[in-house]
Amino acid sequence: MTELVVASAGPLTALQDAGRFGWQRYGVGPSGAMDRLALALANVLAGNPPGAVAIELALAGARLVVEGGAARVALAGATATLKIDGRPAPPLTSVTVQPGQTVEVGAAAEGIYTYLAVAGSFALAPTLGSLSLHHRTAIGGIDGRPLRAGDRLPLNLAEPNGPDLMLSTVPKPDRGPIRVVLGPQDDYFSQTGLETFLSSTYTISEQADRMGMRLSGPKIEHGPKGYNIVSDGIPSGAIQVPGNGQPLILLADRQTTGGYPKIATVISWDLPRLAQSRPGTALRFQRVDRAEAVRIARATDEAFRTLIASIRPAGLSGLASGDLLSLNLVDGVVDAKE
Amino acid sequence: MSEPHPPLRFLACGDAAVTVEFGSEIDPAINARVLALDAAVNADELPGLIETVPTYRSLMVQFDPLVFDYEAFEARVRALVPGLKTDAVAGRRWKVPVVYGGEFGIDLDATAARHGLTPAELIDKHAGAVYRVYMIGFMPGFTYLGGLDPSIATPRRVDPRPMTPAGCISIGGIQALIAGQAMPSGWHILGRTPVRTFMAGREPAFLTAPGDEVVFEPTDASRWEALEKAAAAGEPVAELVQP
Repeated sequence: MTELVVASAGPLTALQDAGRFGWQRYGVGPSGAMDRLALALANVLAGNPPGAVAIELALAGARLVVEGGAARVALAGATATLKIDGRPAPPLTSVTVQPGQTVEVGAAAEGIYTYLAVAGSFALAPTLGSLSLHHRTAIGGIDGRPLRAGDRLPLNLAEPNGPDLMLSTVPKPDRGPIRVVLGPQDDYFSQTGLETFLSSTYTISEQADRMGMRLSGPKIEHGPKGYNIVSDGIPSGAIQVPGNGQPLILLADRQTTGGYPKIATVISWDLPRLAQSRPGTALRFQRVDRAEAVRIARATDEAFRTLIASIRPAGLSGLASGDLLSLNLVDGVVDAKE
Repeated sequence: MSEPHPPLRFLACGDAAVTVEFGSEIDPAINARVLALDAAVNADELPGLIETVPTYRSLMVQFDPLVFDYEAFEARVRALVPGLKTDAVAGRRWKVPVVYGGEFGIDLDATAARHGLTPAELIDKHAGAVYRVYMIGFMPGFTYLGGLDPSIATPRRVDPRPMTPAGCISIGGIQALIAGQAMPSGWHILGRTPVRTFMAGREPAFLTAPGDEVVFEPTDASRWEALEKAAAAGEPVAELVQP
């Protein structure tokens, strides 16, 4: 059996996949990769379905040793180096690692979350349909906790098949404002409060993690209905504003329901780059309506599919491979039920 | 109930979710309509539907914006709602053992005193009601109950406790709660149950569901250890009883 053995890992290194769906009605949130596009990219480069479980690293790096057989690994997400036995591997390229060799992911130079995917992914038992770790409630991962030195991660493949792959186009970062759809409780804010929210700059505070990020900036004024609602469901990217008027954006590990009004919701395609933004980052919000948000989703998905379609066998730069294109790399990239 | 239903509202939740709101109050009739719509939406198997989250008074519907036809969904819900049969959702009744007071219910005495009751009288009132499960939410297995005797409704603590143990039986305002696991809380803790409303790997992993009923059975502290052991081994400990 081929295994990845963790030699060292930062405290927030954990297994994450596309998420755990269908259990929010019982209070279990989706968790899953904070940057699902980076997860998809790493997985496709490794030859996996886009939502397969991978190792999510936050800021800190990790070292893993391959044992028992060869493994193909790929890295995507925050800017971090990948080294095999100390030798740098080219970025956005999967690489086959021989037994006994060490895979080293460096600390993130920019961004936060990096994904290390392995061909065939991990042969571990999911909890409620997913291996994604929700650390606060000890659901998923290995024994409900992050990875640590000594953990052995068995792979589904004894040896990787097919060629190593590379991305021949570099994804372009989007640095525009974070787009939001107002609601579900925008009617709990005064006109002044809504204008403050949409026209001010908010800074991501140090209180930011997989559950959510507290922002600091001009106080957002509530309306006459106050700031308590009878608890309702919290969508991904919901921007809650408690009594102190400071927004809190709820992310992958969020609670499923809450009793503070939510002024707006970040559109799903801006969540990955938001998640990669570090404390201290200044954010501005731009209002779009629901229909515009769906148009953005379609256009961004199309761009992402084009990016995925530019994946080629490594070392054959510029050559389109009919075999590869027939591998159906694209299907399901954004299928949350993957 | 001659009151007309409040108008249905569709609250935007970004591009990948919508909340269908039936009202703004905690009300069994509103909650029953939420659960009936929940069942109807899930029976529809709409392309792109990811999951639904029923809460006190609204249903959040999450979907893949690339696939889901939102306009058709909204039209479908508007057509469905007038014909929703709320009696179609059959709940179960759970009997949940609770050890009240002492180290198990650290706020029992103070809460009783606040309402001019003896601790035993407060236990009688709390354990004398039949509760409706309105919602499972916040964190795994957190069971939110309505049906608290209004005479013992108690505003939440000004200073929430940084951590309270799993299984706390508490009240906050007019609501009652079974806490699925250890969590910070500003509610008043009257007792504790060994019942795990959620236990990964147990079949079923979750005991309670929205629409169920709950009754509490005052239980002597001497039984705690045995019940706790059974619950830890995967027994439900809570019993299904006839309504």
